[in-house]
Amino acid sequence: MIEPIKPSRRKNPLLRTRLPASPPRPRSRMSHGFTRAAAEGRFMLQRCEACGAFAYPAREACPSCLSAGLAFVDAPRRGVLLAETTARVPSDVYFRERAPWRIGLIKMDCGPTIVAHLHADCAEGAAVRMSLQLDKSGQAVAFAHPEAETPNMADDRQWREMTADPKFRRALVTNGRSVIGQEAVAALKAAGAKTVFVGIAEPWRPFAGEERLRGQDGIEIVTLDAADEKSATDVAADIGGKVDILVNTTEYVRPGGLLDRRGTSIARDEIDQAYLGFINLAQAFGPAMRTRGADGINSSAAWVNILSVYALANWPAFGAYSASQAACLSLSHCLRAELRPGGVRVMNLFTGPADTEWFQTVPPPKVAPRVIAQAIVSGLRNGLEEMYVGDVAEEIRQRLAANPKALERELDR
Amino acid sequence: MTISLRRPYDDVVIAAPVTIPYVRYSIESAQWWIGRALSALVAQAGIKASDIDGLCVSSFTMGTDSGIGLTQHFGICVRWLDTIPLGGASAIAALRKAARAVQARDADIVACVAGDTNHVDSFRLTLENFSRFNQDAVYPYGAGGANASFALIARNYMRTFGVTREDVGRIAVAQRANALRNPHALMKAPLTMEQYLSARPISDPIHLFDCVMPCAGAEAFLVMRDETAASLGLSAARLLSTIERHNAFADDPMQVRGGWAMDVGELYAMAGVKPEDLDIVQTYDDYPVITMMQFEDLGFCNKGEGAEFVRQHDLTIDGDFPHNTSGGQLSVGQAGAAGAYLGLVEGLRQVLGIAGPTQVRNASLALASGFGMINYDRGLASGAAILAGPSR
Repeated sequence: MIEPIKPSRRKNPLLRTRLPASPPRPRSRMSHGFTRAAAEGRFMLQRCEACGAFAYPAREACPSCLSAGLAFVDAPRRGVLLAETTARVPSDVYFRERAPWRIGLIKMDCGPTIVAHLHADCAEGAAVRMSLQLDKSGQAVAFAHPEAETPNMADDRQWREMTADPKFRRALVTNGRSVIGQEAVAALKAAGAKTVFVGIAEPWRPFAGEERLRGQDGIEIVTLDAADEKSATDVAADIGGKVDILVNTTEYVRPGGLLDRRGTSIARDEIDQAYLGFINLAQAFGPAMRTRGADGINSSAAWVNILSVYALANWPAFGAYSASQAACLSLSHCLRAELRPGGVRVMNLFTGPADTEWFQTVPPPKVAPRVIAQAIVSGLRNGLEEMYVGDVAEEIRQRLAANPKALERELDR
Repeated sequence: MTISLRRPYDDVVIAAPVTIPYVRYSIESAQWWIGRALSALVAQAGIKASDIDGLCVSSFTMGTDSGIGLTQHFGICVRWLDTIPLGGASAIAALRKAARAVQARDADIVACVAGDTNHVDSFRLTLENFSRFNQDAVYPYGAGGANASFALIARNYMRTFGVTREDVGRIAVAQRANALRNPHALMKAPLTMEQYLSARPISDPIHLFDCVMPCAGAEAFLVMRDETAASLGLSAARLLSTIERHNAFADDPMQVRGGWAMDVGELYAMAGVKPEDLDIVQTYDDYPVITMMQFEDLGFCNKGEGAEFVRQHDLTIDGDFPHNTSGGQLSVGQAGAAGAYLGLVEGLRQVLGIAGPTQVRNASLALASGFGMINYDRGLASGAAILAGPSR
């Protein structure tokens, strides 16, 4: 049984902060089929299209019939733990610091045997439920959980390396004026975050929902306008060393594409708010987060972006906005690479139009801000990298994979 | 036992067992160690380097070199060349190929050499870059290397067959006793069962004295025809039989037997001997539990009786079952691919009667085995050979 983790004590500023190390990173190209699955929280294995056999580790030909048709497909997660061991003196810095480290060999019901990290409650001879996770080097690994829920399951030491659970961590929600921002604050608090900092630009201006933030235990309002470089730097100077999870809730939605607008003033605002705001936040908070990736129970853990799913395919009705989101998506990949040495995850939530004022004229289905907030917490707890929230986002994802040209034509309506 | 359909080795012999004494760490390169072994081969056999017309090399730490680069490096011109990357099965595989080469007269004198260096960081680099499956699906899981992989196998084997740590420990303790008579063994202190049992855990159930010590060193021997040995006045051992098998029993969910179990009947049938005829046995002892598995798979007892077998026998030089007489890799050290050669070269010395302080009296029939390449969840390569000395 897992002992519940305890909140970390106040940090002694005289002690050196443990620097992050990465677990072994090299993988074959084929093996990144697992990375793709892990990014979305799916459990996929290669399955032979010719003979139906499942295979593991990643292969280039089926070991049963030599067919090259090995597709990654969603696979049954159940298996049995055949044998376990505890590595006590690993040869690698990351694991040596975290030893003893427990691994095991699992015989999957669907055939293959898989070496996996073990949740502490897994027992030899018993059934396990397998998942693919992204480890601190950002690469996919297999993780075995006990088949049934156990007490304090999420507090498992090895599991917590695979996730960015908000429990006892400190989060910054960058824009608390929006409903999404306010819901995110509430969800993070409910998930056990120790402190949620919430950015409000020009805090003397009243705003709807203000009472949900002011004077609440564990919620601290900070004056933050992400589009203003100095504002972002000032806040980071104050709390940058205490931000373990950053949730970028910058929202700047305006309708229109190219020809029905005059000039670039609105486009400039869109870029200022969304894209340059992202850069300001990254430069202000990123370096400290990257350094604090192994800093105990409340190490820095994740950066969350809420992006429009139209970052992936332009929606001409909100064409310039779509482009600003595409720019942010591209930047998020850069940020992911730069935060990776610190073991800090970058999670992108793709949403369809939210049920907020700037999408007033858009017909349903629309995504409730609370659903987005719950998705943030669920993604952090499961260590995801990409989430599609709501029916519209999921549909765009599928149609983009099926035929991007069809999607492009059909978004032009 | 099955009747072998393979051609016998007829007049193939092995000569000039060479061991370049091991060191824990070396600032020299693998090429330096292999060069020393070749030089010692030539000196011991009383031949010129130019008499060597076949070369077979194994090494983990040669960098970008393979056998071909070594021909120019060492100034030897050969008409038969091989590089064998089979880890602990390299010596048996090299012997098999060289034997057929000299038998078919593709070559007259084949030098089989394995050597590795051990820089301070080279063992970790070998672990990291071992194989694709290892890189993708083993090393990222705790980076325990072979210790963790064999720990899983050992744990399953010990539970399945009711084997205790003490049973396994008998093998390690006996080998240390043998090693104390070998001046070249890196381990020079006696090992008691109490010390074995109280050693620190490395990757449960593998503890410190279950593990080999990575080191630098080289081993070598010559393969030729009887007539060649006679013309050189060389004392040589006859090759009676060999087996080799890779990726055996792939459907076993976990490894409880090696490829020997597929071919052991042929090993003894081809040699025309029985297990109890053997004077000495040299197994591949990267972990003592793997040795116990070999006692079963090589026909000394049935599957699951390995523990009882080691309880019933004295595995030391003066015992009733002399085994790994030099001390084996567990006590001499594991010099990379040379670890594959250690048992075969010692077995050759034994049947030639030149093993010195570790000599088993009247030893004339030896078995040596190899095991290697834990690519993913099991050792893939296995092999064995039976040699007969001139007195037999």
